[in-house]
Amino acid sequence: MSTVANESSVDANAAASAGSDRAGLGKNFAPGLADYNYAYLDEQTKRMIRRATLKAVAIPGYQVPFGSREMPVPYGWGTGGIQLTASLIGPDDVFKCIDQGADDTTNAVSIRAFFGKVAGVQTTEDTRRASIIQTRHRIPEAPLAEGQTMVFQVPQPEPLRGLVPRETETRAMHAYEEYGTQYVSLYENVAKFGRIAATAGYPVLVDGRYVMSPSPIPKFDNPKLHRSPALMLFGAGREQRIYAIPPYTDVESLNFDDHPFEVQSWEETCALCSAEDSYMDEVVLDDAGRRMYVCSDSHYCAERRAAGHEGWAADDDSAKALLEGEA
Amino acid sequence: MSTARAMESGLDAGPILAVENLSRHFGRVRACEGVHFELHPGEVLGIVGESGSGKTTLLRCVSGRLAPTSGCVRFDVRNGGLKDVFELPERDRRRLQREEWGFVHQNPRDGLRMRVSAGANVAEPLMNLGDRHYGNMRARTVEWLSRVELELDRIDDNPRNFSGGMQQRIQIARNLIHAPRIVFMDEPTGGLDVSVQARLLDLLRDLVRRLGLAAIVVTHDLGVARLLADRLMVMKNGHVVETGLTDQVLDDPQHAYTQLLVSAVLQL
Repeated sequence: MSTVANESSVDANAAASAGSDRAGLGKNFAPGLADYNYAYLDEQTKRMIRRATLKAVAIPGYQVPFGSREMPVPYGWGTGGIQLTASLIGPDDVFKCIDQGADDTTNAVSIRAFFGKVAGVQTTEDTRRASIIQTRHRIPEAPLAEGQTMVFQVPQPEPLRGLVPRETETRAMHAYEEYGTQYVSLYENVAKFGRIAATAGYPVLVDGRYVMSPSPIPKFDNPKLHRSPALMLFGAGREQRIYAIPPYTDVESLNFDDHPFEVQSWEETCALCSAEDSYMDEVVLDDAGRRMYVCSDSHYCAERRAAGHEGWAADDDSAKALLEGEA
Repeated sequence: MSTARAMESGLDAGPILAVENLSRHFGRVRACEGVHFELHPGEVLGIVGESGSGKTTLLRCVSGRLAPTSGCVRFDVRNGGLKDVFELPERDRRRLQREEWGFVHQNPRDGLRMRVSAGANVAEPLMNLGDRHYGNMRARTVEWLSRVELELDRIDDNPRNFSGGMQQRIQIARNLIHAPRIVFMDEPTGGLDVSVQARLLDLLRDLVRRLGLAAIVVTHDLGVARLLADRLMVMKNGHVVETGLTDQVLDDPQHAYTQLLVSAVLQL
């Protein structure tokens, strides 16, 4: 299993479980967790998930079935991502969790606290410091580096599902590279809107072989998948699938020759940090329909503000009031 | 006349499809028994018989959708001569079905994607063949929708918003746009009212003749068979009881069952 040794996080985890010296970890553990195994899942389950993960890394874009477990949150709240993280995480990891790009939403805060508690790891909001980043809907704006692992929470791993309801059929289509049907959805888009209007879960071709759904990240983030130095892991708990994009893998977004792939763009800059290059959320300010655009990546925005960048909202009373109300 | 054309284009080239001693049993039920025929390029074969006589089972076997219990179906693979369809690797069989064959279902809901537009339904075979240029596909879709006499401003409507006859025409366009070498049709006009049937038959006859398609048409309607088919096979209880040129079989039926069938047609 030399592949395991190459992955730092798996390596750390292996050390943790092999040691079974829970006393050593105990100092980080919250009281009352003594009856739980390290990182919540039992070792057999973690092993099974790691095997599926290794297979997924070996066959980029291929959906590997795994025996998804009951988790302490409902399906749809990121059970696939939590299981992946739980089987990869070790005491030396630094964990970041985002939801829609933000570190401070309920789900992100809860999952971060969960792993802080059951795995005794350091948590962070800083993208560069994190070794494992669990995410829903976004890839952080700060460039990822070698050794980092992205864990995506995936609701529907099958890109063909909207058109082909039968699993036996979609598996055969993947096996034989029958991807013409995938373009039907793009055709529908162009026919209805004059352009490829799909914005999230935009299908990609991984390593020239498997068509894959990049989970509901905006297509703005699709180019970040291409030849990324970080390992990208995708976990779908309800659908029981794990798939992966290893570092430095070609990832190409599907398109038509006469309708090339394009990412979203905004006419305004971030109202808080005046960033031009990040993915924007629209925030309504008052009943008169005034609005502002802010970075969806909250840490990226905060970092820019700390560095002295300032958007127009700094001089605007209602925007300031709204922000202070939040804080 | 049609047979003369079939002979011209077909016989030198040899059959496009050869079915040998094909049987399909479902437990005790013998749906097809010892069926044998050949189909040449440009030829339209009609399969008639009463309900439950094994027509549809035979069509499903011949079109590679259902493995026969015994016997074989051989198709003229490009540069490969006649190859047993069921011995081909699944990948090749699926490729044949997708790229070189068409299958018109009795119920258009089985043959169409009901959740995407008519235009996308018709264009899908082009995407399967690797076309990645929206403009080209759109132009060919428009061309085919006008060939099957559908209003072009409804190209982006969903199939469920079309009438049954229109859905059937969408399905026909979808199955002909990629210029298949052979088309299988299972009761293409079943369940349609008589005037729509007549127009659809007119259209089908025109397309089949103009494109020089080989086709197998399953029907219980002798009128449909008379209009479309060059040759007829009459089935009863899973057996082929009579074969011959369409006019010959219908005007001078030899087998008792065929005589019954022909005399049972209402004369108006």
